[in-house]
Amino acid sequence: MSAHADSLAAAQTVEGYNFAYLDEQTKRMIRRSLLKAVAIPGYQVPFASREMPLPYGWGTGGIQVTASILGACDTLKVIDQGADDTTNAVNIRAFFARTAGVATTTRTEEASVIQTRHRIPETPLTDQQILVYQVPIPEPLRWLEPRERETRMLHALGEYGLMQVSLYEDIAQHGRIAKTYNYPVQVSGGYIMAPSPIPKFDNPKLHRNPALQLFGAGREKRIYAVPPYTDVRSLDFDDYPFDVEHWDTACALCGATDSYLDEIVTDDAGGRRYVCSDSDYCDRRRQAGDTGAAR
Amino acid sequence: MSAHAARGADHPILSVRHLSKRFGRVQAVDDVSFDLFPGEVLGIVGESGSGKTTLLRAVAGQEAPDTGAVLYRDRWGGLVDLHALPEGRRRRLHRTDLGLVQQNPRDGLRMGVSAGANVGERLMALGHRHYGTIRQSAHDWLARVEVDPARLDDPPAQLSGGMQQRLQIARNLVSEPRLVFMDEPTGGLDVSVQARLLDLLRGLVGELGLAVVLVTHDLGVARLLAHRLMVMQAGRVVETGLTDQVLDDPQAAYSQLLVSSILPV
Repeated sequence: MSAHADSLAAAQTVEGYNFAYLDEQTKRMIRRSLLKAVAIPGYQVPFASREMPLPYGWGTGGIQVTASILGACDTLKVIDQGADDTTNAVNIRAFFARTAGVATTTRTEEASVIQTRHRIPETPLTDQQILVYQVPIPEPLRWLEPRERETRMLHALGEYGLMQVSLYEDIAQHGRIAKTYNYPVQVSGGYIMAPSPIPKFDNPKLHRNPALQLFGAGREKRIYAVPPYTDVRSLDFDDYPFDVEHWDTACALCGATDSYLDEIVTDDAGGRRYVCSDSDYCDRRRQAGDTGAAR
Repeated sequence: MSAHAARGADHPILSVRHLSKRFGRVQAVDDVSFDLFPGEVLGIVGESGSGKTTLLRAVAGQEAPDTGAVLYRDRWGGLVDLHALPEGRRRRLHRTDLGLVQQNPRDGLRMGVSAGANVGERLMALGHRHYGTIRQSAHDWLARVEVDPARLDDPPAQLSGGMQQRLQIARNLVSEPRLVFMDEPTGGLDVSVQARLLDLLRGLVGELGLAVVLVTHDLGVARLLAHRLMVMQAGRVVETGLTDQVLDDPQAAYSQLLVSSILPV
């Protein structure tokens, strides 16, 4: 989205809604949950999730967290699968431009609040930024233990053998740990946490990240957090250590070799290209003169 | 027959004191007390509804009794009340010192993961983080319970009933427990499979020096495995004694009825 369209939206802040859509009572309730979440890293704090003007699964949890922490001076960036120009990202950005009148941006380093779905930006974050994740299923043990009461007990007792069993099973069936997204992590040596469906490529960025990381699950009514500079360890076995994805190729547009690449099918004859999933990172590299073609 | 004397252990590993459990108007277990010594196999027999499974569940810590205590003597000689322990310690004890073999292996197994993962689960819960070692233990234990180790990566659903029961036993014994509860371990198996499983159980119990509480309605199984028998009727213990003594010379009227009901082959 161009800067012009964003400022246009901001100029047309809608009447009749509270700042950032949610009423102040709700925001206070969510902020209390956020404080608790930050105080107990990785712990899923229940909160009274509200109906939002978009369907569950589209980021209702992330939107509520963003609405609660947003101030008039903030600059918001929203990404979906790393891109600023996808439907979900464009609409959520427009939503806050209209209801809060905040400045929006696509540039990672200009943003003070970044709401994300499925990615952590490639550009390193700073301690002046907050990263808000949209989370579909906050419970990392959900597919292993269906009873909520029991999963809470397992978290309370730190009984995480079950998670290790699922990793064992992966290696037994596939020869490697086959989880490629939502790869379970242990926060600060305590709770095991679902990092939301980010690729495991992004897991190392969770570790000791200077930015505050907040996770909101609207349908499941849970909030959790990773405070700045907190240890986040991806689970693994001693003889099958955690590893991230690698590509044999560089980004076809900017030539980056250090970013997460999306595979794009270009024709019906098997043609494909790999390009950065982080659109801002890719654009900036190209503006700086890098081209994939030159490599 | 006094296995405990042979092992030089004079203290019971498990003491059950005045245990009662009521479901509505039904008194399922009525003031039951007994001691179990290390290396001893105690059989609890009785007809369906006599309260033996409820007793086992209460003793195994799966169901809280209304009154009474279940005292377990841990590896260091300390007595702990299984029902007074904090949840975390109780669960830990269940992963390390205790085992539970259920009648239906589907209740005791994790059906969604492979045989190897089932056996390795306790090890992983205890903090083992080396895939190769865990897999090797699973492999060894499958061999030990006479399941072809080539089935290591098969889900339990693809194993026969007898093999599932063996798998459940391996899964329990992998952490080298001291006390194992068994609820009709050979129930639902055909006789030849049953015979081989009994052989295996007898071997393992002797070899590992396990103390076992065995619930069964099958007096044949009780005679083969148990050192001592406890006959239950309507929630009460009507007779206890050495297995051969109870089966060959039953004293209580109900025991006599039970023994005389065995179908001759």
